[in-house]
Amino acid sequence: MKRIYVNEMWCLGCHLCEYYCAYANSGVKDMVKALKDKQIQARITVEQRGAISFAVNCRHCTEPLCVKSCIGGAITSKDGVIVIDQSRCVLCYSCIMACPYGALTPAVEGVMQKCELCTTNSQGQPACIQGCPNKAIVFEER
Amino acid sequence: MHYVMIGNSIASTACIEAIRTIDTEGPITVIGEENHPCYSRPLISYLLQGKTDEARLAYRAAAFYEENSVTVLQGIRATSIDKEKKTVLLDSEAVLAYDKLLLATGSSPFIPPIKGLEEVKNCFTFLALDEAKRLQAHLRKESRVLILGAGLIGLKCAEAIIDKVHSVSVVDLAPRVLMSVLDDAASEQVRKHLQEQGLRFFLGDSIRECTANEALLQSGSVIGFDLLVIAVGVKPNIQLAKEAGLDVNRGILVDEGGRTSDAEIFAAGDCSEGPEMISGQKAVLALLPNAYLQGETAGTNMAGGEACFDKAVAMNALSLMGLHLITVGRYEGTSHLIACQDGYKRLFVKDNHLVGCILVGEACKRAGIYTAMIRNKVELDSLDFTLICEEPLLMAFAKNVRRQHLGGPV
Repeated sequence: MKRIYVNEMWCLGCHLCEYYCAYANSGVKDMVKALKDKQIQARITVEQRGAISFAVNCRHCTEPLCVKSCIGGAITSKDGVIVIDQSRCVLCYSCIMACPYGALTPAVEGVMQKCELCTTNSQGQPACIQGCPNKAIVFEER
Repeated sequence: MHYVMIGNSIASTACIEAIRTIDTEGPITVIGEENHPCYSRPLISYLLQGKTDEARLAYRAAAFYEENSVTVLQGIRATSIDKEKKTVLLDSEAVLAYDKLLLATGSSPFIPPIKGLEEVKNCFTFLALDEAKRLQAHLRKESRVLILGAGLIGLKCAEAIIDKVHSVSVVDLAPRVLMSVLDDAASEQVRKHLQEQGLRFFLGDSIRECTANEALLQSGSVIGFDLLVIAVGVKPNIQLAKEAGLDVNRGILVDEGGRTSDAEIFAAGDCSEGPEMISGQKAVLALLPNAYLQGETAGTNMAGGEACFDKAVAMNALSLMGLHLITVGRYEGTSHLIACQDGYKRLFVKDNHLVGCILVGEACKRAGIYTAMIRNKVELDSLDFTLICEEPLLMAFAKNVRRQHLGGPV
């Protein structure tokens, strides 16, 4: 299965992946309208300390602890892609407790959000990849 | 191979899912005493609160049983097990033969002996859907509700109903709320928060005696009530196992593979008592993630695979009136209290390992990184401990570990 992989050596710490992610999942056609003066709600987060930076998002684990811990049965694996049915989320934070990568975050709508590899929006392929200017984020089979 | 499961909740569902990854043919029969398909028990408070509905309470899609070729005997109770003949007797008097049996009998609310309790007309527990719906049907704007128990179940019940009734009072013998999962300081934060939202607490106190509408406490206080909810704790349902001659303690004793003392019988979920990772001792960990992981392990082994669940630790995630709490592991060893802007964080370190954490509010962010450190027994001298205390970041791990986390499938 194709997954997103990150190479910290190439990460510039520009945070563009976060902007592209937030735009891709905003449902708004125009990027400026989607992001300007808005609180960015990305499903990918750049960790940055000194000279080191890298992006973190859902690893789509083969043994997804979030799926097994979700009290609402809201998180499921669809052919390996871990997706969340937000209509079933009660914001209990069980997935936050379970995820070894810290990849789930609460959305302003009062439910959890996570990377679904842009399979549930209109992008076609992960937007963070398209936004990364230095190919520090790739989408491939490993 | 006929797989039979007694109990139709999370552990059985996980067991079915695991069996079907190995054996797509063998018939599966699930005996469920409650007249519902598997539902999420922790969601009943959200149902009363109006944050979910009965349709979304279902743990799996409606087609789940059909797709997995599972026969569900709903509303039927198993009355005994004959492990020599490998049969289960049902209350319909039918006899069911099994090759592999899973006991997922769950737990029942514990009702302490209280003088006069039989006088109380509107008395409830808060563990099962039918009981929650019965409570819901009794809620009135003018209802005065008394909840006995300031643990997870009692407080989730309180949260669910406080806006729907006149008042909610909570009595607990313990001097503080969530005594079994929080330390003094975190308990105090939670109590303050809930009190500000209108809950009334009578802690370090207990009901000496009840009349139809009044509770006399040990302290001498008298609380008038219309509805009484008893939420002092749960006890594993071990009767069937015990009568069948299986080894039991507080729960049904199992090993890392979910096996009981009988080779063909497995147990998982709230009814079971298996090895807890940090102490090395067996413990009842009546928590949903644990039920899933145990059920999955048992299912894999029942179907001839090999699974071992040797990472069981206590873990709780809950929100109470907007305040989030996450606790993991055991509170022993050296304690590190980390100053937090908007919350509370305490980490517990023992023998170069993180063994527990208590997180409140903002400190819950990315908590799973701590959980993973506990479950995977990460050597603390292999990472930047100061940084990881401050914030759970992958940055704190060594470069090669970061590469494993982010550069390959996990």
